[in-house]
Amino acid sequence: METIIFYILSLVILVFSVLTVTTKKILRAAVYLLFVLGATAGIYFMFNYNFLAAVQLTVYAGGIVVLIIFSILLTHQINTDLDKINIKKIALGIISSGLGIFLVLSTLNNHHFEASNKQATDSTIHGIGRALLSYSDNGYILPFEVISVLLLATMIGAIIIAKKVEE
Amino acid sequence: MKFDIYDFSVLTKSIHESLNSMMGETAVMISEMVIVGIIFLTLFAVLGLILVYVERKICAFFQQRLGPMRVGFWGTAQTLADLIKLLLKEPLITKNADKFLFNLAPFVLIIASFMAMAAIPFAKGLHAFDIDIGVFYITAISSIGVVGVLLAGWASNNKYSLIGAMRSGAQIISYELSVGLSLLTIIVLTGSLQFSEIIESQREGWWIFRGHIPALIAFIIFLIASTAETNRGPFDLAEAESELTAGFHTEYSGMKFAFFFLAEFINMFIVAAIGATVFLGGWMPLHFGALESFNAIMDFIPPIFWFFGKTAFIIFLMMWFKWTFPRLRIDQLLTLEWKYLLPINLINILVMAFFVLMGWYF
Repeated sequence: METIIFYILSLVILVFSVLTVTTKKILRAAVYLLFVLGATAGIYFMFNYNFLAAVQLTVYAGGIVVLIIFSILLTHQINTDLDKINIKKIALGIISSGLGIFLVLSTLNNHHFEASNKQATDSTIHGIGRALLSYSDNGYILPFEVISVLLLATMIGAIIIAKKVEE
Repeated sequence: MKFDIYDFSVLTKSIHESLNSMMGETAVMISEMVIVGIIFLTLFAVLGLILVYVERKICAFFQQRLGPMRVGFWGTAQTLADLIKLLLKEPLITKNADKFLFNLAPFVLIIASFMAMAAIPFAKGLHAFDIDIGVFYITAISSIGVVGVLLAGWASNNKYSLIGAMRSGAQIISYELSVGLSLLTIIVLTGSLQFSEIIESQREGWWIFRGHIPALIAFIIFLIASTAETNRGPFDLAEAESELTAGFHTEYSGMKFAFFFLAEFINMFIVAAIGATVFLGGWMPLHFGALESFNAIMDFIPPIFWFFGKTAFIIFLMMWFKWTFPRLRIDQLLTLEWKYLLPINLINILVMAFFVLMGWYF
């Protein structure tokens, strides 16, 4: 059963990823991206990694896609179809992505995966919360705080840019 | 255990076992999914019918009218008749509209509310998806609904729809913060995001009483913000009739319009259910510390009635808001959220955390 769901989700991700980059309408691309991100969240749910799945839904599906749609709605070219891409660009794209696939597949095939004996890390919300705020060996308090300072700086920067200058 | 007679897990377990004896593992899983799906679909339809009728009646009483009276006893079959009318209507699509997105938009909304519904605990053991991040899961899911609103507005190829959708989007995104933060205030007390544990922690008393002042502030903020998040009046400027005809669903007709309508009412039910669960103890009966006989009487009322009673109370509050307050302007709406609710909320969380540290709650 799980295998079937996994294949369905993977199929959704693959098909809509391709559609995202090939569609001529810019808003549709954003919607297809939403499907891709939603299906990725579904895969996290399958792994029982509920926290990451919910983060995926809030941050990517609910946050970033909404922002993308908002910014598309504010542009002028929303109704015009994107230009046809010329063959040279298509060929270059296929070659580069083919090289990428070759690289990934060859490493994956040559690498010998061993089942880990290590105890599974605590992926419940309690475990994640403790890990984020502890300063012992497995704690992430420093990166957590550094990122929050970064976000604060970004927000202040955005406010200053958006603010009207009063003469 | 006192109210074990009302424990639904006995029933669900026996269904599970009888299914297991009949067929293989995969078939059991599929048939259970189908059963749960059918139950939720029925619940959706029934809730929609009841809530629309209740809304029209309450609105009428607030305006000293009688409301629908002709179809059935006191107009009880009115919404059924409306439903049949909606089913028979022709689905129209505006010229030059993006058909795919136009048709997709109502489904995005309804699927989001469907998924959020799964995590709601209706009674002891009657809980489709008791995930360990319950509250966070519902916030995550409900943030997807806004995509449906934005798509509907744009795909309608209509200025009013687009303006309505933009307003609605801005509104939902900003008020999501207040809803999340006010729920977090209570999470500080419960120490868990799982709905079953949140309810279990209220066995001695509901958080709105035990957490006193900060919990009360959080509850009021939750009520305001969740009314705004569901796009209901006095925050319904996304579909302000006098300015925008009907906002983002102006161009929709027939069943697709019904989907938007249903999603609005179901979302109202969902936020009311979350409020009832987190602040008012979900299906936990009303208990007062020392009054043993009073507590015993309260235990006799089945949990499912407690749950629906509390939810109905919050829904009534939200309808009361809608029909008594004048509509806000968009700038007033955003000022209310960013300049008042959000700062109050942040301070309130700190106060609550301090209270919990000092043990100043019951």
